[in-house]
Amino acid sequence: MTTMQRLLQLPVNAVNIVKTVQSQVQGQEEDKSPVLSPDSGQQTWYSALQPDELRHLRSGGTGGGGGGGGGGGGADQEERGSQEDGGGGGSFQSQPLRHDDLKEMLDSNKDSLKLEAMKRIVAMIARGKNASDLFPAVVKNVACKNIEVKKLVYVYLVRYAEEQQDLALLSISTFQRGLKDPNQLIRASALRVLSSIRVTIIVPIMMLAIKEAASDMSPYVRKTAAHAIPKLYSLDPEQKDQLIEVIEKLLADKTTLVAGSVVMAFEEVCPERIDLIHKNYRKLCNLLIDVEEWGQVVIINMLTRYARTQFLNPNINESLLEEGGGADKTFYGSDEDEDEDEEEKEKKAEAAAMAKRKPYVMDPDHRLLLRNTKPLLQSRNAAVVMAVAQLYFHLAPKAEVGVIAKALVRLLRSHSEVQYVVLQNVATMTIKRRGMFEPYLKSFYIRSTDPTQIKILKLEVLTNLANETNISTILREFQTYIKSMDKDFVAATIQAIGRCATNIGEVRDTCLNGLVQLLSNRDELVVAESVVVIKKLLQMQPEKHSDIIKHMAKLTDNIQVPMARASILWLIGEYCEHVPKIAPDVLRKMAKSFTNEEDIVKLQILNLAAKLYLTNSKQTKLLTQYVLNLAKYDQNYDIRDRARFIRQLIVPTEKSGALSKYAKKLFLALKPAPVLESPFKDRDHFQLGSLSHLLNAKAGGYQELPDWPESAPDASVRNVEVKESVPEWTKCSSREKRKEKKVEKPFYSDSEGESGPTESADSESDSASGSESGSEGSGSASESEESGGVSVSEEEEEEEEEEKKTKKRELKKAVQESESEQSSEEEDRKHERKMKQQKSDSESESDEEEESESESSQSESDDSESEAEVRKKKKAAESKPPSKPAKRETTKEKKEMSLLDLDDFEPAPSPQVTPVNNLFSNSLVTDLEGLSLSEAVLLPATITPSSVLKSYELLHRITGEGLSVEYCFSRQPFSPDANMVAVQMQFTNSSASDTKSLHMEDVKLQSGMRVKEFPEIESLPAGETATAVMGIDFCDSTQAANFQLCTHTRKFFVSIQPPVGELMRPVFLTENEFKKEQGQLMGMNEITEKLTLDAKCRNEHAIVQRVTTAANLSRVPCGSDKECSPPVPPPEHPVHRFAGRTVTSGSLVLVTVATREEGAAQLTINCEKMVIGTMLVKDILLALTQ
Amino acid sequence: MINSLFLISHSGDIFLEKHWKSVISRSVCDYFLEAKEKAGDPENVAPVLQTPHHYLISIYRGKLFFLSVTQTEVPPLFVIEFLHRVADTFQDYFGDCSEVVIKENTVTVYELLEEMLDNGFPLATESNVLKEMIRPPTILRSVVNTLTGGSNVGGTLPTGQLSNVPWRRAGVKYTNNEAYFDVIEEIDAILDKSGTTVFAEIQGVVEACVKLTGMPDLTLSFMNPRLLDDVSFHPCVRFKRWESERVLSFIPPDGNFRLMSYHVSSQNLVAIPVYVKQNISFLETGSCGRLDITIGPKQTMGKTVENLTVTIPMPKSVLSVNLTATQGTYTFDLTTKVVLWDVGKLNPQKLPNLRGSISIQTGSPKPEENPSINIGLQIQQLAISGLKVSRLDMYGEKYKPFKGVKYVTKAGKFQVRT
Repeated sequence: MTTMQRLLQLPVNAVNIVKTVQSQVQGQEEDKSPVLSPDSGQQTWYSALQPDELRHLRSGGTGGGGGGGGGGGGADQEERGSQEDGGGGGSFQSQPLRHDDLKEMLDSNKDSLKLEAMKRIVAMIARGKNASDLFPAVVKNVACKNIEVKKLVYVYLVRYAEEQQDLALLSISTFQRGLKDPNQLIRASALRVLSSIRVTIIVPIMMLAIKEAASDMSPYVRKTAAHAIPKLYSLDPEQKDQLIEVIEKLLADKTTLVAGSVVMAFEEVCPERIDLIHKNYRKLCNLLIDVEEWGQVVIINMLTRYARTQFLNPNINESLLEEGGGADKTFYGSDEDEDEDEEEKEKKAEAAAMAKRKPYVMDPDHRLLLRNTKPLLQSRNAAVVMAVAQLYFHLAPKAEVGVIAKALVRLLRSHSEVQYVVLQNVATMTIKRRGMFEPYLKSFYIRSTDPTQIKILKLEVLTNLANETNISTILREFQTYIKSMDKDFVAATIQAIGRCATNIGEVRDTCLNGLVQLLSNRDELVVAESVVVIKKLLQMQPEKHSDIIKHMAKLTDNIQVPMARASILWLIGEYCEHVPKIAPDVLRKMAKSFTNEEDIVKLQILNLAAKLYLTNSKQTKLLTQYVLNLAKYDQNYDIRDRARFIRQLIVPTEKSGALSKYAKKLFLALKPAPVLESPFKDRDHFQLGSLSHLLNAKAGGYQELPDWPESAPDASVRNVEVKESVPEWTKCSSREKRKEKKVEKPFYSDSEGESGPTESADSESDSASGSESGSEGSGSASESEESGGVSVSEEEEEEEEEEKKTKKRELKKAVQESESEQSSEEEDRKHERKMKQQKSDSESESDEEEESESESSQSESDDSESEAEVRKKKKAAESKPPSKPAKRETTKEKKEMSLLDLDDFEPAPSPQVTPVNNLFSNSLVTDLEGLSLSEAVLLPATITPSSVLKSYELLHRITGEGLSVEYCFSRQPFSPDANMVAVQMQFTNSSASDTKSLHMEDVKLQSGMRVKEFPEIESLPAGETATAVMGIDFCDSTQAANFQLCTHTRKFFVSIQPPVGELMRPVFLTENEFKKEQGQLMGMNEITEKLTLDAKCRNEHAIVQRVTTAANLSRVPCGSDKECSPPVPPPEHPVHRFAGRTVTSGSLVLVTVATREEGAAQLTINCEKMVIGTMLVKDILLALTQ
Repeated sequence: MINSLFLISHSGDIFLEKHWKSVISRSVCDYFLEAKEKAGDPENVAPVLQTPHHYLISIYRGKLFFLSVTQTEVPPLFVIEFLHRVADTFQDYFGDCSEVVIKENTVTVYELLEEMLDNGFPLATESNVLKEMIRPPTILRSVVNTLTGGSNVGGTLPTGQLSNVPWRRAGVKYTNNEAYFDVIEEIDAILDKSGTTVFAEIQGVVEACVKLTGMPDLTLSFMNPRLLDDVSFHPCVRFKRWESERVLSFIPPDGNFRLMSYHVSSQNLVAIPVYVKQNISFLETGSCGRLDITIGPKQTMGKTVENLTVTIPMPKSVLSVNLTATQGTYTFDLTTKVVLWDVGKLNPQKLPNLRGSISIQTGSPKPEENPSINIGLQIQQLAISGLKVSRLDMYGEKYKPFKGVKYVTKAGKFQVRT
């Protein structure tokens, strides 16, 4: 029992409860408590029950399975029932013995019976029927082996555990066992159920489990832990501090699987702890696109709030600009006639210009967020689209908000509920940013089949969008709506017309006329609504419209809608001077029907009477008296009161005091015209897309959207120190890191314009990103996608080449670059201003892209792509620090260059110009990075420094289901066997789960070939890479070595085929020795080819580089035979010699490259093995000519 | 997030409840039922309702209300989108999402709901992942299950959730590898009385049915991708490739899914395939009216218009209609007052016509408004926007799949005002 106590961490009395309960349940089996002892599997418990069960079944007798309720078993069951009653709690009593058959089935040892019983129980739960009395019988099956039974038991547990806390404890140990299971999915599901059981007593256990799971190897378990956090928090808010610690830890997690869930936990537990986000901000932004859609919504909403507290209002300059403009004007206006103080004027102008250009610099992190969320507007999930839309609405510079309109309009095609919510938000947006939706006006046209609530919302949007230019089309559209069958909608339309009329002066008369025409509509509702709206409109300019008032006076005979009648009466009373003849007549008619009117109308009759009495007492005195008398005895006290009040006020008696003098002022005071406002005005102080916004009331748990800070908080809090450890996230993380590093440099942010440094960092890592300069954030956000890899390798390839370029070429290129850069820059600025990055832009961008690509592709060969990729990875994993200084240098130089080259079109480097040079930076930076790269390659001990290694793909990430393998020939002697070629393999596990026991099997070889397998890799955690070296004796042939690569789950057929150049190892020969050996290998053993050297490889260095890359040979030092003579200038046409021996047989391989004029050259290969010679000629030829 | 879910039938019967947090009494639905009563038409029930302690967010699908209860702030679209996803999943599993079907499959439904949400937060919503855990019922399997006591719950664990392509299940095997793509375009249009287009646009979707072994990596490219103005993708599509190359590159989910939906820019003129000549009038005196509708082809690109239907919701005061159709049949629903004319194939030589008289309740005045006419149609082998798939390439697998593309044009919300 002590073990159990420790495990459960329960107070002793709780354990006692468990014990007694259990003993009651189990009846005779009191002595043992196998369920609770941690060691005993479910099996023990199960078998312990069996004899008892069997007995019951037998005594139950004939009723096959669960049906038997009667017979001899009856008494027995009843007995058992009462036993359980003791443990099961009171509810049982109310439904005595109803579920006996179910219990019996649950107690049986047949899974099918149990399953059937559980199904029926779950069906009961689903229907909302109480099944709590079955708890003891069900909980016993928690450890059942059948998965479906188990799952259903979980369903039951989660539903009723709260009500039956004591009994629920019985199940805990099962879950605790599950938490330690080697299978991550079982661990996760155990934690899930454990945390879903709302039993306060197990809070400490839950806490422990969550903490443990938060540092689990498997991201899926960590995700489950994140899910469990809010559950525990709602169960016991006291645990908040500890939970925040866990949240902090999980926030640092680098997998997409966890990100959404932990942010959700953050939002529920500690939304106020915004400081926890700082360090994870950039990571969250970068991961966002790969997080599952629901997580995206939560993260985006949270980041919106975060951004509001951390960044400056991007629209802050707008107000400043306006002010500046205003100052300008007054300045010009006042100084027009004074010409003498030119100097001062200039100064002022300068100042104004300064103010205009006031450097609002968008925080690069702010930009990062905007850029990385933008692609999500294309999500299929409406909630994600809405989340991005609200983010842009609240955070983006005014000019950029427009992009969301299209996506929101798209959502209008979705289900009507989605439409409803989207339209509500669009309605709010259109009040602030009308222009954004104007192009989509027609998308808000109403169809007769729309539900009424949608119609009314669309109407709202249309009204908000109305302006001088489009009002005529809108009004025409409204005219069709008025004919609709849906009367509520018609009424709303009339109100909308009224609002258009108030907002747009030009159409006021047209609208009024239209509304007056509606007064003769047959439908009363339409008329009534028109009256009300006309009343409001008339209040604005009553003088002009006495005929309308007259017309309306006539309507009193027909209109029965109280509100409309009241409105007419009020109008006549208010403007009785305009209709002096009609008004008394109307009062006369009303007096007649007074008793039959509605209250609201009666009040207005009194009102009218009073006003007439004051202006025209001669005609109306008696009438007023009569009406007041009628009202005096009205049933409604409001009306009686009003009558009494009015009588005292207007009818002068000796008692009535000073007030009656002011009666006229009181009644006939000028009333301000009502303002017809959208109900959506000012709703945007709620975060859009939120429940609170929809209801226009603060919902529980709503987090206010904070106002922008006055001055920007410290941005450095988001900096993350670069860690040495291999990133868990897939290969793109290396780039992310790089990006982060870049951001930290103050150098950048100083000169940063609208576009953040992250952007330029992107362009460095992405040669195909020319388009990014145009449409910010277009692709970079999805960097983690595989497609990124290709472009990267291109660029790396390029850099390798450039390394050897002459300075002249470089300069030439720089000039080219600056040209294209110039155009892209201009485009950029255009784009920044207008933000219309539609088709024309993207077309021209793609052109540019092609240009730059074609440049780089000159030097490109397909198989070298993958090599670059490997090196890239290596660089990320191993050689970060050394590459860092080099890069800094890079940027510096880049800047210098840009200043030099851009001089002619931009005299002073303003902040907007320097940073955005994407195309430019591409090649130059990679040039220079190339330098640092070769240094980086020096580091790993397994690789020879002499040349650059090509790597080949053994297993693609997709075929390998996340496991990718690349290999290269390390050109190192393979120590176990000198006759073998060393093959270095790099395994990358980019799946989400660990790969275990990587080894090779089933090697299929040509005769004579041998393989030394690499040692088995025990486990390769997700996101990690590992390297291993194997040796293959190829027998000096290029036959492939086939084998199976095995993981714990799969086997992959792979093969390694060596290029002929790898089948040799370098030997050192002097020139003399070389010539001697060459003399012995003539005739059949000599192969000669003429060739024209590639333009880029006419210098010595390039030739040597290319040959040694193509084949593992060493250079024969030239001129060694002339050692004694004084140093001579290098011959005009040097001859390069290389030597090596094949690995297996040790045959000599001699290569001679003799250059001639104008790039012509002769390649000679002498080799005993003719096949190798022929193949080698081909390879070297290829290397030299391309 | 989501506390509880109630499924409520058209008539207001609460027939399923599921709680993810503490149990909320079903009496909370009374607020909703009240609102439903008030709204009359189920479409008019506000999707979000506020009660003193809870917020009710509901959707209406297949004559069912999915009512979720939440206690705190949550983006309403989040819940609505999720509820629709639930309904989609039911549809996917049972072929239908109706009261009867759900009642028949209560246990599976419950198991699904259990997996889809954890503590009110969506957990597994990808159909491929769910199907791995809970097998959809088939007739054969249910027979086998009753005989052997087998189960619907997959013995395997949901490994799909761990993969970096969560939408695709692992280890897919087919003997016939095939990939079909349906380009379906819908014309949304409003035509006014004289037949001029008030508003028209094309909305399209690419529905895919992919049954391929292993982990294929597909690339679908269009002849004229510039047509597409606004697109939204299944999460499997690599957005960056689309941005840069305008091709759809993806590892497909297994089975049926919607690859993308798109909008054809409204600048392009939308071809309206049919014209409608109509005359619906109600006589000033006497309780009757006339109806005369003729439909003819307009811009059909030489294809035949099929499945032509005409729906006219009549004013409420209409008592009955007496019409003759030269082609097809018509029905008049007395309760909803809807005339439904099923024309069938449109024959350009002999234009279909529907004419006759409408009788109105005696005593009621002449209806103010004229009903609008809703057109339904279908044109096979034509994408009205002109969109064409140019090729489909597969990488990553060795076999040769069978590929097919189908184009269909339909009328979406195609309305003629009268």
